[in-house]
Amino acid sequence: MSALLEVTGVTKRYPGVVANDNVSLTVNAGEVVALLGENGAGKSTLLKAVFGLIKPDSGEIKIGGTPIVFGDTAGVISRGVGMVHQHFQLVPVMTVAENLILGDEPKRGIFINQRAAHDEIIALSKRYGLEVDPDAVIEDLPVGMQQRVEILKALRKDVKLLILDEPTAVLTPQEIDELLVVIRNLANSGVGIVLITHKLHEVMAVADRVVVLRGGKLVGTTSPKETDEAGLAQMMVGRSVVLQVNRTEAKRGGVVLEVKGLQVRDDRKILSVKGVDLALHKGEILGVAGVEGNGQRELVEAICGMRHREAGEVLINGVATKDMHPHAVHEAGISHIPEDREKHGLVSNYSIADNLVLNQFDQAPFAKGWIRDLNEIAKNAIATVAKFDIRTPSAFNTAGSLSGGNKQKVVVARELSEELPVLVAAQPTRGVDVGSIEFIHNQLISARDKGAAVLLVSAELDEILSLSDRIAVMSDGKIMAIVDSKDADRNYIGRLMAGLDK
Amino acid sequence: MKLLSKRNSYFLFAILATAFFYSKDGDVTTSVYATGAAFALPLALAAMVGIMCERTGIVNIGIEGTMLLSAFVAFFVSSLTQNIIIGLICAVFTGSMMGLILAVMAVSWRMDQIIAGTILNILATGLTSFLYVQGRTIPSVFQAIEVPVLSKIPFFGPVLFIHGALTFLGIAIILALYVAIYHTSWGLRSRAVGEHPSSADTAGVSVARLRYINVTIAGGIGALAGAYLSLELVGSFERGFTAGKGFTALALMIFGRWNPLGALAAALFFGLAQAYANQLMIDQVVNIPSQFTAILPYVMTIVVLAISAGKVRPPAAEGQPYEKGQA
Repeated sequence: MSALLEVTGVTKRYPGVVANDNVSLTVNAGEVVALLGENGAGKSTLLKAVFGLIKPDSGEIKIGGTPIVFGDTAGVISRGVGMVHQHFQLVPVMTVAENLILGDEPKRGIFINQRAAHDEIIALSKRYGLEVDPDAVIEDLPVGMQQRVEILKALRKDVKLLILDEPTAVLTPQEIDELLVVIRNLANSGVGIVLITHKLHEVMAVADRVVVLRGGKLVGTTSPKETDEAGLAQMMVGRSVVLQVNRTEAKRGGVVLEVKGLQVRDDRKILSVKGVDLALHKGEILGVAGVEGNGQRELVEAICGMRHREAGEVLINGVATKDMHPHAVHEAGISHIPEDREKHGLVSNYSIADNLVLNQFDQAPFAKGWIRDLNEIAKNAIATVAKFDIRTPSAFNTAGSLSGGNKQKVVVARELSEELPVLVAAQPTRGVDVGSIEFIHNQLISARDKGAAVLLVSAELDEILSLSDRIAVMSDGKIMAIVDSKDADRNYIGRLMAGLDK
Repeated sequence: MKLLSKRNSYFLFAILATAFFYSKDGDVTTSVYATGAAFALPLALAAMVGIMCERTGIVNIGIEGTMLLSAFVAFFVSSLTQNIIIGLICAVFTGSMMGLILAVMAVSWRMDQIIAGTILNILATGLTSFLYVQGRTIPSVFQAIEVPVLSKIPFFGPVLFIHGALTFLGIAIILALYVAIYHTSWGLRSRAVGEHPSSADTAGVSVARLRYINVTIAGGIGALAGAYLSLELVGSFERGFTAGKGFTALALMIFGRWNPLGALAAALFFGLAQAYANQLMIDQVVNIPSQFTAILPYVMTIVVLAISAGKVRPPAAEGQPYEKGQA
C-alpha cells in the first residue's frame, strides 16, 4: 500500500531565498508527524505546496499514490486533505455556518440550503465533540472558538490527511490539551496528521515521528522515544539551546509604574478590567498570568494609552499619564511590545530599517531637524539585523516579507533600543521558534538587569514562571493574587487562573 | 427587529410625505414620482455594478465610462442598423468588455484599481467624443408598456407599472442580484472573496476567476444603465451624456451599504429629489437659475457621503490585489 502523502524532492525558491530545498516527506495513515523548524525554515511553504496554495518549482507530491496538480487547492481538498492555517482563514463578518460551508455549499435548486447547512454543522460538531454555535458571527467569538471553527472546517470533508499549521499558538493550556486529544483520536481513527508547532512538549506528547527542517532543507527524522526536548531544539537550531532561562536575583528598586483602580471596557463595551491595582518596581519582571480573554489585553492597551480608561489612572514615577494617547505614554517612558505584531507592531509595507526606528524616527540620530538621516537609519538597521539575527536577505526588504519570529525580533529590537524605564511585553514569544524564544527571553532579562521595570503578559504559564520575579494572576478582569515567583506553585497558580481561589 | 428603527423611520417619513403631496395634487404628484422612478433606474443599475465589483473586492470607478461608451454604442448601432435590439446587444457586449479590461488590469496585472478605473473613464470620454456624429436618429425608443391590471392602480400604477422594457429588465436584475448575493453559493463566495480572499482561496474557491466573472458581468449591467439612457429615457446621445451618474452611483452604493435593495432605495430618493426640483422649476414656485437645480444631484451626493462616512463598513479586501497562497 502506498503512503498517504508522499513528497519527493520539492524545491521552492523565492527572490533571494530558497524556502524548500529538495525536501522529501512521507506520511502514513494513522500517523502524527510533527514538522519542526525555526521560523523561516520552510515548514509553512512545504505544507502550502501540499495543499495546492503555492506552486513548487520542482519535485512531486502524491496523495494516496497519485500526483497532485500544483496549485489546485480544490482538487487537493476533494482528495481528502484538510488544512488548519496559521492565520485563521475565516471571514470575520460571516457566521460560523457560512464559513464552514464556503466552497462546498449544500444546495436546494440554485439556493443555499440553510437548514441542511445548519444540521450538517451540528452533526459535525457532535461527531468530533467540538461544540460551536452555527449562527454566531466569527468576529464576535474568542480566538479559541475561532480555532475550533477552523478545525471543523478542515474536518468537514471526510479527511484522510489533516495538516495543522501552528494550531496551538493562540490557545490556552486547557484548549491545547483538548486539541491534542482530538488529534490523537483522529490519528487512531486512521487519519494521517502533519503538525507544525513550536511547542516541544506538544511534539513529545502527541507525535509519532518528528521531521526537522532547517534553512529549507530536511535535516533529520526522529521520534519522541529516541530524543527529548533539548535534543529536538538542538536539531532545529543546529546548536544546543538552553531551554531554562538563567536568571539572577532581581535588584528591585523603587516603584516606577503604578496602576490604580483601572477599569477598562473591551471592544464589545463590556467591562473587562474591573479595578486593577499594580505597582511595578525598577529592575523586576512582573508577570501577568491568566487564561486569555480575562482582561489582559485590555489592561495592556489601557496602560499604553491605546484604549480608553473608564476609571483609574496609570502613573509613571508618580506622574499620571494621558488617557488614549499612545504617543504621550511612550514619551512618558513606556515601551510596548504589542500582542498583535501585525496590527500594532509593524508597518508591513515599510522596510525593516524604517520599522526599526518607528519609535525614534523624529529624534537624533535618525533625524536632523525635519530631515531624516537615511545613513544613520541604514547603519542602525544593519547593526540590529546582525545583533538580533533577523533572517532576511537585506535590512531594506519590507517587514511584511519576514517570517513571524523574525517580525517579532524587529519589534523587540525596536522597543528595547530606547531603554525606557518601563517595558510592557505582551505575548512576546507568540508564534516564535525556540531559538528566537531563547533570544527574546535573554533580551527581557537583560533589560531588567539594566534597570527597566518589565511588565510581562503571557498566556504561556511556563514563560511567566521562568522569567518573572513576581507573578500577578488575572481572572475575570481582576488580579486574584500577586505571588513571589520563589513561592510560585503551578497548581496554585492554575487554580487562581481558573478563578477558584482568592 | 425594532419597529421604530432608523430605517423604518425613514420609510415612515417617505410615506407620510408622499401621502401629503398626493392629497394636495394627485396628478402632479403621480407624474413627479413616475419621473423620479425613471431618473432613479440608471442610478440604481449603475450602483449594482459597484456592488457586484466591490463585493468581490474590486473597486470600479469606471462605471461612468462604461455607461458612457455603452450609451454611445447603443445609440449609434441602433441608428446604423435601425434596430434598437441590435443596439442594445452591442452595448451590453461593449460594457462587458469594459469590465473584462478592468479585470485584466486589476486582477491579472494587479494594478491600482483607482487608476484602472480612471483609464476606462478616459477611454470612454475620448472614444465617444472622437466618434460622435451629429444629427443621427434612432427609429424609436423602448416604448412604455402598461402592465395589465396593475397599471390601473391609482398612483402606484403609473409610477411602477408603466415603463419601457429596459426598466422592467433593470428591476428584475436588481431583485435577482439581491437574492443571489444573500442566498446562493455564488453570493456567499463573492462576499467571502471581497472580505477575506485567502479564506475563499483555502476553501478551494478561485479568487481570480470569481473576480473576473463578476467584474465582467457587472460591466454588462453598467451597459444596460447606459443603454437605458440613450434608448429609453432620452432617445439621443450627446457628448458627456452620462453627466457623472456613474460616480453618483458609487455614493448610492455606499449609502445603501453595498446591499442592492439599499442602493435601490437610495437611488429612488435621488431620482425623486431631482424630479421634484424639475417640477418646482416648471411651476416657477422658486425662481432660481437652472444651473442651481442642475447641481442638486452633486450636492446631494456630497451630503449623503458626508452623512454615511465612517458609519459604513466596506468589504474588507476592497481594492487589494490578491496573490494565491498569500494565506
